Amino acid sequence: MAESGVLPAPPTSAPPAARPLAEPRKRRNWVPYALLLPGMLWLVVFFVLPMITLGSQSLQEGNVDDGYVFTGNVGIYVDAFQQYWPQMVRSLLYAGTATVLALLLGYPLAYFIAQKAGRWKNVVLVLVVAPFFTSFLIRTLAWRTILSDDWFITQWARKLHITDLLQAVGLTSNDSLLFSQFAVIMGLTYNFLPFMILPLYTSLERLDPRLLEAAGDLYASPWQTFRKVTWPLSLPGVVAGTLLTFIPAAGDFINARLLGNTQTTMLGSVIDAQFLRVLDYPLAAALSFIMLLTIVTMVTIYVRKAGTEELL
Amino acid sequence: MAWIKRHLIAFAALAVLVYMLVPNIVVAVFSFNEPKGKFNYSFNEFSTAAWTNPCGTQGICESLGLSLQIGLIASITAAILGSMIAFALGRYRFRGRSATNLLIFMPMATPEVVMGSSLLTLFLALGVPSGEGAILIAHIMFCVSFVVVAVKARVATLDPKLEEAAADLGANPTQTFLRVTLPLAAPGIAAGTLLAFSLSFDDYIITNFNASPSSITFPMFVWGATARGVPVQVYVIGTVMFLLALLFVVTGQVIGKRRNRQVA
Repeated sequence: MAESGVLPAPPTSAPPAARPLAEPRKRRNWVPYALLLPGMLWLVVFFVLPMITLGSQSLQEGNVDDGYVFTGNVGIYVDAFQQYWPQMVRSLLYAGTATVLALLLGYPLAYFIAQKAGRWKNVVLVLVVAPFFTSFLIRTLAWRTILSDDWFITQWARKLHITDLLQAVGLTSNDSLLFSQFAVIMGLTYNFLPFMILPLYTSLERLDPRLLEAAGDLYASPWQTFRKVTWPLSLPGVVAGTLLTFIPAAGDFINARLLGNTQTTMLGSVIDAQFLRVLDYPLAAALSFIMLLTIVTMVTIYVRKAGTEELL
Repeated sequence: MAWIKRHLIAFAALAVLVYMLVPNIVVAVFSFNEPKGKFNYSFNEFSTAAWTNPCGTQGICESLGLSLQIGLIASITAAILGSMIAFALGRYRFRGRSATNLLIFMPMATPEVVMGSSLLTLFLALGVPSGEGAILIAHIMFCVSFVVVAVKARVATLDPKLEEAAADLGANPTQTFLRVTLPLAAPGIAAGTLLAFSLSFDDYIITNFNASPSSITFPMFVWGATARGVPVQVYVIGTVMFLLALLFVVTGQVIGKRRNRQVA
């Protein structure tokens, strides 16, 4: 499964070397374009074009009943920021925290599958992938049971004063675990963990165990081996995994709605509500456009900084 | 102590695996619950009522049917469009390659809520009615990229010499493609289609922007039910989906192993 590429890694991270292609193909230059045309047309019309109509919608004024007129009202962006900056900051903060947690949790598991699992490798991989194929909403609802007050997790957390600790740092607002920032971040981490593990696994699997042995032979401690060999070689997986976790987590509102409270609303939720319930299309479009620009900017800077531009 | 230290990674891995699987186990256990009141969050009494009557809640099987239908059409269409792109990228050199790669990557790097809402603005501008057609257009759009990635990964591992050999033996390009390239790429196409199906079947955020009151998909049904109490039948369907996914993935691996052995 994994080697056939279930893994949603950035497309160009695939083999970089352009294979020398057979000469005769050059004569039929139109073939690749014919193959590309239908799919690309679909993406241009239903992905690129909507971004333009989204931008245009944000600069229109009017209402649902009388229609909208383009007025170039840039002020809507100021309004959007002023009204909803807490939700914007919150979305980035929650998604960022969930991404770091997913990296911390996903790395040992991916390393184990790639290097240590032996004959259990395929079994563990199946167990990582299978939940990913089952309903996101139902699995998130299950956390309502797991974190509910009468279950042992909350009971134990109370006994061990973990609930007090969470309350002290402001992750929960009472001695329950559910319907809190803690539950939302935990849910986001849980939901996007497979997106972290699969790219990490792919790059750790390519890691030659002999390099680790060599490091040991040269008197590197396990920590040094990790810092100097394993971690740098797994960087492409780390970059791909963090992107694939952060992006959907920043836009998600299902965890915030099912596991959070009114103080944990994320930007996605506001966009959804403005479009579908409040029907304030320009404001909703402006918020959506802000989210798009923020994420594109962050991703570009991150990929530049990480020095893995060849990924894109 | 030394034993624990040596297997530290294994323990950490196991703990994370438990974290990832606990919700599925909870869903399976609670599918046998007879909830007290309307919320199925604490275990009350063992019952197989929901299993023997999976359509027992109004609208649940209609929504499931719609999701299956949309999932099938969207994944097959995306598989065709995506495989064509993957073959072009994997087998030909052409101008505009990096632009193509960027356009494939973008939908995977865009939050769903942005894709859903931007499509809504397009449909509003063009006067396209929301409903099943709009949902299908959206699902095909976000599935194509994932199919491209899956198929391209497979096409990249194929030895071009096999195709050259077929040509040397007198096969014309169509024959070479149908008899050599396509069968060899089939596992990638199958994986891509399966992934596309599950993405389509599971999507709530984008679907919600393009649905009409008469096109309630299964995730929309579940979402709607969260406020008034999720029927136990939802847990039954969740469990069946998990088991089917396990079955599909395991079968895929077994077939893959067999094929590899045959090739080797």
